[in-house]
Amino acid sequence: MSEAIARHIDPSQMKVSDEVAIQITQMNKWYGTFHVLRDINMTVNRGERIVICGPSGSGKSTLIRCINRLEEHQQGQIIVDGTELTSDLKNIDKVRSEVGMVFQHFNLFPHLTILENLTLAPIWVRKTPKKEAEEVAMHYLRKVKIPEQAGKYPGQLSGGQQQRVAIARSLCMKPRIMLFDEPTSALDPEMIKEVLDTMIELAEEGMTMLCVTHEMGFAQAVANRVIFMDQGQIVEQNAPKEFFNNPQSDRTKLFLSQILGH
Amino acid sequence: MNTSNSTFVRTEMLPQKAPPITEAGAVKWMRENLFSSPLNVLLTVLGVGAVAYLVLHIAPWLSRSVWNAASLTECRQIIEARYGEGATGACWAVIRERWPQYLFGFYPQHLYWRPVLAFVLLCVAVAPVLFDKLPRKMLWFSLIYPAVGFWLLWGGSVWVPVAALAGFAIGYVAAQVVKPLAGTILATIAAVVTPVLWWLFLAGPAADAVHSVLPIALESVRSREFGGFILAFTIGFTGIAFSLPLGVMLALGRQSDMFIVNKLSVGFIEFIRGVPLITLLFTASLLLNYFLPPGTDFDIILRVIIMVVLFAAAYIAEVIRGGLAALPRGQYEAADALGLDYWKAQRLIIMPQALKISIPGIVSTFIGLFKDTTLVVFVGLLDPLKGITDAVRASTDWKGIYWEPYIFVGTIFFIFCFGMSRYSMYLESKLKTDHR
Repeated sequence: MSEAIARHIDPSQMKVSDEVAIQITQMNKWYGTFHVLRDINMTVNRGERIVICGPSGSGKSTLIRCINRLEEHQQGQIIVDGTELTSDLKNIDKVRSEVGMVFQHFNLFPHLTILENLTLAPIWVRKTPKKEAEEVAMHYLRKVKIPEQAGKYPGQLSGGQQQRVAIARSLCMKPRIMLFDEPTSALDPEMIKEVLDTMIELAEEGMTMLCVTHEMGFAQAVANRVIFMDQGQIVEQNAPKEFFNNPQSDRTKLFLSQILGH
Repeated sequence: MNTSNSTFVRTEMLPQKAPPITEAGAVKWMRENLFSSPLNVLLTVLGVGAVAYLVLHIAPWLSRSVWNAASLTECRQIIEARYGEGATGACWAVIRERWPQYLFGFYPQHLYWRPVLAFVLLCVAVAPVLFDKLPRKMLWFSLIYPAVGFWLLWGGSVWVPVAALAGFAIGYVAAQVVKPLAGTILATIAAVVTPVLWWLFLAGPAADAVHSVLPIALESVRSREFGGFILAFTIGFTGIAFSLPLGVMLALGRQSDMFIVNKLSVGFIEFIRGVPLITLLFTASLLLNYFLPPGTDFDIILRVIIMVVLFAAAYIAEVIRGGLAALPRGQYEAADALGLDYWKAQRLIIMPQALKISIPGIVSTFIGLFKDTTLVVFVGLLDPLKGITDAVRASTDWKGIYWEPYIFVGTIFFIFCFGMSRYSMYLESKLKTDHR
């Protein structure tokens, strides 16, 4: 298990409100004839930190990509922050500017400097004045501890630094929900810690987070709910302590024995 | 020093020594680059021999150049008088004497200042596009330059180019009005349709109306009087300026999910790429007259420019499509996830990267386009290479001259094409930010 989570955190201290942030009901999705997501029902309250895990091909990435409509669902309902995701472009843009997303491969814009990467969306989507956007950007760069890299291009940074920039880029839009799609899977072991530390800080500040990850240490330290998916459906969800110490389904037991076994 | 022992501690550091003579300077360079193997030695000897052969044959001819003469016969007499019976030499006097004709064709002599001014202003308009260190406000002049250049070259009422420019303003206003009412897609359609309607039906009468109130005009020059390099530059630079944006739109159209837009783009690109440019030029000069209402005076240079633009745009669209395909999907997703709409994502994220990748291909297309302007000779326009040279060689003074005009025209084309090629390399190295 990852040694990243060295300091003591008490997840129960982090508040979860009763307000609903994301509501998914009876959602189904197909790629062609392949049924990737089956009858997904899920409610996320504001301030919740949810870790989604499962074997590859289980639909976990697809699920969180549906939440900001990088993928389209064909049946059921997804309501994000009170806005239902339909083919209405205005709603989609509204949801996307409220929901931050961090990708496995960072997806920074290589032709722009770090600072320009961070200020682009605030300036063009939020219409923030350039100066103000730059101040906000520097604030978040300090927060992810790389303000000195502001003038460089993404290609000059290490993977861990790039991923922290990507997190800062999302935060500059002041999102109310953050989605993480395997944020540490493309990183060298040494760099995983710096990214997880940033994510833990975010969690402590009460950000609503959905995180697809294999970092079970992170799940135990900050998640208040772990969701296990297999074959496009939610197999088991529980508080992390229960989930890891007392898994119910055989599929979950097998999965946990394989990733925690060594 | 005993090194057979496995423990070892260095007590003194070795000083730097000069490398052996075979490993430095000219000797090393020649060994590595010219004589590294028997085959390389053979190739070096053959290559040097070929170059020497060419130089030995061309150099005497070039060195016996004559710059002042009234006719080819006079030229030959001067060379024979200077270098003896049977000597041959280059007679550049023809270029000196026909210089205005090469530059301006049959453009009226007392109006030569207009194309010259247009060319100077062209340089001013192009400079801020090429070099981003220049003040960005200069781009406003670049935007209106096509109208200014048109007015200077062809003359006529100033209100015609102004009305043409107004079309763009109308399109912009239409898009801004429609966007909040009906969304981005309809706004895009409005931005295309309203200016076209304006140009087809209202621009002419509007220009006439204003002209009758406030007549400002230059003496008109007809298209048939154009020739030489102003013709090549007019067609070449207009073609370059308009084919790039059209090519971008076509490339986006071909990538579009919208069925009709996609199929129209594909059909257009494949059709245009599938026919020779000459076919399009003949269509422009002959066939269009059958389709247009009788009595329409649709300028021949304008028709040729339209065809050249369409031709180059189809190629550029394919080059840019290659650039778009090279971008990882993650770039689109990141732009989407940040809430950028389609046009903002294209403009800020996708196109800057796709165009950067496509620079070599785009510049190749531009160079091809610029050289292809000489093909207008087939529709009766006086291009510098064949049109003007034939006219020169048809005169009694210069009958029989052969190499000099072609070398001259070729050199001018080479200078511009080489310049474009160098600029593209400069741009590529300047835009290199990925540090791979």
